[in-house]
Amino acid sequence: MERGENLAQKSRATIVTDQGRQGHTVKLDELIQSSGEWLRGEGPEADIVISTRIRLARNLSQFPFLTRADEGARAEIERILSGQIARLAARKSLNYFDVTSLQRLDRQFLVERQLISRELSEGQGPRGVGFSTAENVSLMVNEEDHLRIQVLRSGLALESCWQEINQIDDLLEEQVCFAFNEQLGYLTACPTNCGTGIRVSVMLHLPALVQTKEIQKVFQALHKIGLAVRGLYGEGSQAMGDFYQISNQTTLGKSEEQLIKNLKDVIPNIIGYERRVRTALIKENRQGLHDQVSRAYGILKSAQTITSEETMQHLSSLRMGINLGLIEDLPIPTVNELFIFTQPAHLQKLRHTSLDSGERNVARASYLRERLAPQN
Amino acid sequence: MKCQTCPSPATLHITEIVKGVAAEHHFCEECAQQYLSQAEAKGNDLPAGVAADEEGESKLKELDQLACPNCGITFKEFRKQGRLGCPHDYIAFQEELIPLLENIHGETQHFGKVPKRTPDDSRKQYRLIKLRGELKVAIAEESYEQAAKLRDEIQRLELETQTPASEEENE
Repeated sequence: MERGENLAQKSRATIVTDQGRQGHTVKLDELIQSSGEWLRGEGPEADIVISTRIRLARNLSQFPFLTRADEGARAEIERILSGQIARLAARKSLNYFDVTSLQRLDRQFLVERQLISRELSEGQGPRGVGFSTAENVSLMVNEEDHLRIQVLRSGLALESCWQEINQIDDLLEEQVCFAFNEQLGYLTACPTNCGTGIRVSVMLHLPALVQTKEIQKVFQALHKIGLAVRGLYGEGSQAMGDFYQISNQTTLGKSEEQLIKNLKDVIPNIIGYERRVRTALIKENRQGLHDQVSRAYGILKSAQTITSEETMQHLSSLRMGINLGLIEDLPIPTVNELFIFTQPAHLQKLRHTSLDSGERNVARASYLRERLAPQN
Repeated sequence: MKCQTCPSPATLHITEIVKGVAAEHHFCEECAQQYLSQAEAKGNDLPAGVAADEEGESKLKELDQLACPNCGITFKEFRKQGRLGCPHDYIAFQEELIPLLENIHGETQHFGKVPKRTPDDSRKQYRLIKLRGELKVAIAEESYEQAAKLRDEIQRLELETQTPASEEENE
């Protein structure tokens, strides 16, 4: 084993020297200059559907799951999978980051951008992530499973997400052997993911349903047909800014296509419901709604200190206002970006310094004023 | 899936039928025990399949002792953390896992994508997990002769399972 461990360490070192720790920091800092393609506010139904995401959970069959994998095994898994990611890099322009070498702030920054999960950020031992320059493909190594592949798209784009992720999975399967058995499909660390190992999620912006409390009916209906509802950052996170992720709950016994179709059938109903309620709100009290949206815009443009929660709430109003034609001088992608860029790690990266919560509120307000100032 | 009363992973999934109406509960082991003892105190019918009598308890203890021959995880450890230890656990704990999977997914037969590599390969892979574990023990115990044997066996198996893509296409 000693020999194996040395080998593993050497390989890991090679990866680190190839890209360099310095390289990581520079590259990560460059990200703050841009935003992920999925935020551009394009694609079908993009006024309500922020993004579509599909992830696959996979494990190398010759290794134990991470609960029973020691440091040496984890390093070996990371070596194999980061090698595979490097092989894919030519086709998908992927950058690989050794997460253990990243500072806490940088890890948080990647969480806010939806490129890694909180579990990967806060995990232990050798682990990493490879993601595409456009930020719509990400491969997490040594998260809950050995590999979590994710594809993200702006708007409602279930089929194209599936095509791309299936292709990536096929390319990997040419080279590595994933744990699989004929009865239970792909084998995962948690039995709730076995079978297809797929999670199909659609992120919706539903401010009108929240405002009228109709959202509760939606939750109940979704629960009945086996779909889960989560907040902006997945399991256990709060629904900030009226964003909800709708996803499949079960993974075994139905094909990937069937699970995708379930969502494809349901999502238009929720979109239609949100649109009807928006229209009703306008019809009942256009002036009131216009006032509410304009006040939100006013606060965001002129506040001197503002919390993340208050920002999300007003940005949500503003986003709906733009989509209803009540606000005309602001494009949707800017608002989409502001949801991400006003979060703690992003603000600190923008200001190149660590800030406590009070300082962040001041920095957030100042950043919002800059971004929302009239363009002359 | 998380426990419905605390942040731990849910490892026990109970379907309770009260007056013909089925209700689903998802608990971690601790909360499940609390729930079941409360249900018992209230004199409710205990959910089907969960035995609270002594015989049942000793059965549960026996079950907890069950360990995977590959990775060594016991069923008790799995129940506690909600995560399995290696792919072979799905076979080692099959009898116990199938009802659990049925509860979670409503199905017990995979229907979807199948990898290009055959499950035959997987058997060799399970053996690799086991041999690597044994090698670690052999080194810890300083049985170098045994370790060398194990290493050769591992290398042989690794070569067998790492067939280049071109060769596979010829098969």
